[in-house]
Amino acid sequence: MAFMGDMMNPAPLWQNGPAPGAFYNFPANSSGFGPSTRPVQEFKAHSATPITTTTTVIGVKFDKGCVIAADTLGSYGTLARFRDCPRIMKVNDLILLGNGGDYADYQYLKDIIEQKIIDEQCIGDGLLLKPRSLHCWLTRVLYNKRSKMDPLWSNYVVAGIQDGEPFLGAVDKLGTAYEDAAIATGLGAYMATPLVREAVDKGNLDEEGAKALVRKCMEVLFYRDARAFQRYQLGVVTSAGVRIEDLAELKHDWSLAHMIHMK
Amino acid sequence: MSSIGTGYDLSASQFSPDGRVFQVEYAAKAVENSGTVIGLRGKDGVVFAVEKLVTSKLYEPGANKRIFHVDEHVGMAVAGLISDARQIVETARSEASNYRSQYGSQVPLKYLNERVSMYMHAYTLYSAVRPYGCSVVMGTWNDYEGPQMYMLDPSGVSFSYFGCAVGKAKQAAKTEIEKLKLADLTVKELVKEAARIIYLVHDELKDKQFELELSWVSKDTNGRHQLVPKELATEAENLAKQALADIEDSDEGDM
Amino acid sequence: MFRNQYDSDVTVWSPQGRLHQVEYAMEAVKLGSATVGLKNRQYAVLIALKRAVSELSAYQKKIIPIDEHIGISISGLTADARMLSRFMRTECLNHKYSHDAPMPVGRLIGLVGNKMQICTQRYDKRPLGVGLLVAGYDDQGPHIYQTCPSANFFDCRAMAIGARSQSARTYLEKHLSSFLDCDLQELVAHGLRALRDTLPNEVDLNTKNVSIAIVGPKTPLRIADEEELTRLLALVEGEERRGGSASATGDAGAPADRDRDAPGDDPQPAVAMDTE
Repeated sequence: MAFMGDMMNPAPLWQNGPAPGAFYNFPANSSGFGPSTRPVQEFKAHSATPITTTTTVIGVKFDKGCVIAADTLGSYGTLARFRDCPRIMKVNDLILLGNGGDYADYQYLKDIIEQKIIDEQCIGDGLLLKPRSLHCWLTRVLYNKRSKMDPLWSNYVVAGIQDGEPFLGAVDKLGTAYEDAAIATGLGAYMATPLVREAVDKGNLDEEGAKALVRKCMEVLFYRDARAFQRYQLGVVTSAGVRIEDLAELKHDWSLAHMIHMK
Repeated sequence: MSSIGTGYDLSASQFSPDGRVFQVEYAAKAVENSGTVIGLRGKDGVVFAVEKLVTSKLYEPGANKRIFHVDEHVGMAVAGLISDARQIVETARSEASNYRSQYGSQVPLKYLNERVSMYMHAYTLYSAVRPYGCSVVMGTWNDYEGPQMYMLDPSGVSFSYFGCAVGKAKQAAKTEIEKLKLADLTVKELVKEAARIIYLVHDELKDKQFELELSWVSKDTNGRHQLVPKELATEAENLAKQALADIEDSDEGDM
Repeated sequence: MFRNQYDSDVTVWSPQGRLHQVEYAMEAVKLGSATVGLKNRQYAVLIALKRAVSELSAYQKKIIPIDEHIGISISGLTADARMLSRFMRTECLNHKYSHDAPMPVGRLIGLVGNKMQICTQRYDKRPLGVGLLVAGYDDQGPHIYQTCPSANFFDCRAMAIGARSQSARTYLEKHLSSFLDCDLQELVAHGLRALRDTLPNEVDLNTKNVSIAIVGPKTPLRIADEEELTRLLALVEGEERRGGSASATGDAGAPADRDRDAPGDDPQPAVAMDTE
């Protein structure tokens, strides 16, 4: 009902004249268009650091869809604080959304996106939000927030099916948005991107290949990224729909660290 | 009508000498001119059925629905001015949405009903606005409270019901509903009853064309409000037509 | 002063449960010249009859583009229509800005309906005295919607509004079943015939007084230019006109009547107005 806002509080008919309804007390029309009585706020403090954070999200496009994965650790600084922070969500039958960064910011935006989907279901015209639309919407939200110097401290990866074709896009906390066949955010951007790019550039990636690739990346990241975790979520979106698989657990083997001697 | 011409019936903010607010009563008249809407609350859910009158062949079939989704779990069937009713739907949706964002759970129908009733009532208080020309029925089902249903009037009054009817043929429909053992019937059975009642009370002479709209929210739908699936709706509709034909046959036999 | 006690304000219900002010606003739609909208499986088409206020003036624009995929054709108060069209354009732009996708037609109409309802319920406002035919194309195919001052809207297979539009609706109803599978040319021809049925006998459609808009898949909304109009009008040129319109003016629908229109005698579509 956002569009009703301007109807219930119409703009003044003319500048510096009496506001409509100023002489009478009509309901919902008395909201005072006179000179602003609000004190001017001179400065404002904003949050400038994330608190509980999550790390990499990996997304890969394959011939008929996309795979994304992310582990479930919520870090409090360097402390591995929360072990069950799922951050791959099913938006609708066309879209999977992954997030890395401040977990509270993600939860906030997740609620809004979920309500957006409920609103759409209520309209009941059978139209579904498409990944490109969500990607664009996220870009607007994140860019607007950062332009107010109050960013939502998160990276988002949108994976989905756009008019029958796979779609994979990312937005960061500054509102920088791009589409790519291989996306990794967080520390993964440095360590996983070369791996996924190499595989994607070879071409002919199918669902199984893409999943195996992403699992390999999650393993590498677990060994290298000190904010990574052995449990992770993996989701697949194809034209058949959206599927988030049960939590996977990496079997790690630190014997490979035999060269490292504690002094 | 004794009210007419007295001048006490021109504003919602004015009482007549005998203590009535005629504008509200007149608004209720607008509801009585609309297609019949019934709501049935059964053992495991709520069923809505609407007789949607179709005034032109040029309209797309299925357009201008009179059953709306308010939230995942709440359905609303409306009688009266459809444009007014859409505002009520919008209000209810934003109430449901606000509740969810505040409390992180589905809005209880009791609370939603209270809020929407208050909203409708506010429009009976001022001369600057008119009362809404619509009545709405809201229904839901959940695990801990079972089925629930409320009907709201233009006056802002609302009651919880087992079975309710509003619109043109509400009297006839109520009579039919009263014959049902509502508490024992499942939604699957109620859909058929609802379709039968709408076909029965439809006045073929006055209103030629109508479309039957059916929706439900029940245990089987996991507490989600949905339109009744096509096959089931068609089946119920065919049964209703058959029942009507049987009655007409037996009427002829009597003569 | 008033026709009855209950028609002075939009906030007053009559004892019969009617809103006379809203009903009067509905009459305003009938004062505008006629316009027809119809669709087949792919295309939605608007055809409007334009009027010139005087012999010296240009013909009043009847079709307003909203977005690449939506156009409206208006009947009633033009100024009210411009307000609505501005709202619709803004909504379409905002949707495109925030979602990188064209606004679904049905949702836009829902917004328009909700906006229009508000001024049917407040003392300090009046209903918008304009009816729209909206043609649009989206993921669900072509659409024709009709909106009314009562804030009602209808998803239509075909529709005509405006002065003497009943004759057009009669035509549309009669040929309704053939629209879906006919091609674009036939569709336009049907629309033109329907529109022609609203005209008095001495007036005919020409490139000056007709406006046509077409929208469809990979066909952004296009308002036909003079060249295309000529081509489209030729589709129905010289056809026998139905008697339908004759009864309204009392004239016999003989072709001889039309021959009386001396060349250069500019047709006055304004005449079409005062019969209803």
